[in-house]
Amino acid sequence: MLEILSPGPLCTVQDRGRPGWGHLGVGSSGAADRPSYALANRLVGNEVGAAALEATFGGLIVRLRTAMLIAFTGAECAIAVTDGPDIGYQHPVAVPAGATVTLSSPRNGLRSYLAVRGGFDVPRVMDSRSTDLLSGLGPRPLARGDVLAIGEDPGTGVPTESAPTRRHPDGPILLWPGPRRDWFAEVAARELVTADYTVQTTSNRIGVRLDGPPLRRVVEHELPSEGIVEGAVQVPGDGRPLVFLADHPVTGGYPVIAVVDAGDIARVAQARPGETLRFRWHSPSRARE
Amino acid sequence: MTPRLLPCGPTSVIAEVDTPGAALHLAEWLRAAQIEGVVELVPAARTVLVQCARQRDLTEVVRALAAYSPSESARGPGPLISIPMVYAGVDLAEVADATSMTVEEVIERHSAVTYVGAFTGFTPGFTYLTGLDPALHLPRRATPRARVPAGSLAMGADLTGIYPTCSPGGWHLLGHTDVVLWDPERDQPALIAPGSRVRFVPVDDA
Repeated sequence: MLEILSPGPLCTVQDRGRPGWGHLGVGSSGAADRPSYALANRLVGNEVGAAALEATFGGLIVRLRTAMLIAFTGAECAIAVTDGPDIGYQHPVAVPAGATVTLSSPRNGLRSYLAVRGGFDVPRVMDSRSTDLLSGLGPRPLARGDVLAIGEDPGTGVPTESAPTRRHPDGPILLWPGPRRDWFAEVAARELVTADYTVQTTSNRIGVRLDGPPLRRVVEHELPSEGIVEGAVQVPGDGRPLVFLADHPVTGGYPVIAVVDAGDIARVAQARPGETLRFRWHSPSRARE
Repeated sequence: MTPRLLPCGPTSVIAEVDTPGAALHLAEWLRAAQIEGVVELVPAARTVLVQCARQRDLTEVVRALAAYSPSESARGPGPLISIPMVYAGVDLAEVADATSMTVEEVIERHSAVTYVGAFTGFTPGFTYLTGLDPALHLPRRATPRARVPAGSLAMGADLTGIYPTCSPGGWHLLGHTDVVLWDPERDQPALIAPGSRVRFVPVDDA
């Protein structure tokens, strides 16, 4: 059992989400930074898809009521432990019962993941333990005093190695043309990959709202609602783009100019308010990297 | 007509047709085709989003779409769902005024149709129903309501539907039902899904 002494600004249970229900209006949800989430599970020897905690901007304080093997990944925070051993980053650590673990604010990045061996055993809703902040499916965001059960030991060998620090590429975020790319002026498509776009404080698990030069449309009529994918760069009426993350709506009525490459979504999910994002278009002539 | 294919990144495509009915037909045809690696099939107002696990799955989808024929029946008609409905919505009188009918005529026309679920959106289990009598087509309310109770029957433009959960809403409220539209614990969480056929049976008390 693990007790939440403080959830920090926002802490939710996340797994791989609930894909396959889009036709009923249910989004896929799941961990916003999928590679960091998967790494945390790997470090403690969990099966793929075990539920972990996603802490937004640190601040999470937990007390272990039982001994467990844990690992932190994602946005790197200083980790303070009372009544237990030091905890390194991206490294599995056996922590005794009674220890309290405190996550500071991250040095960079936004979302940190805590996996425990066995996974967090909260009830599944439509095959997933993920909290979907848009639809309200899954457990509500964690609150002080919540006590989480831990699942059965996966029975795998206990890993002992730490993971190499995952380095995000530094270059601009890769964009593919979106379904309504041709609703925008050429100058808008150019603007998107030349200007700096700043992450706004209104960003959340649903999407990252960006401030920068507005993107002008050439097709002005209303768009009948159409399906949205994770990473879609949608342009609402004010012309300022937003990038949809895990809890995105299933359909939307504003044109999508571009789609962020799946390999770069984690970088968008880790961008903090005030941070600048730069983009580049995928060039069909260039060999795939 | 072959659907227009709109790019949506390396593993997805949006296939565009002309009507919600055509989009539903295409979505059901794709579902029946059981193409490997298709993760999501989302019909919408004029489109179907097809999301695949890998790029090569998308290649298969695009190949299949080239052979799509809208005249070919995708499958038999969906299940017929009868929903007892208390036609006592707060907007009935206004709707009657705006359409130059009596309240009784509004109820009669609205309950005379077998509707077809076209697509879902806005909130889990909210399925837009097509088939609304053109005499009842009205623009959305000027000011949406912040809170519409679960089970409310409403209509806007050429569509009608039931709010499965309590949510904001800008449609005209015609009635309510106690039938549970959405329950994530059920095998089929949504009572009305794309393809469902729906009739409303006027009752005095749900």
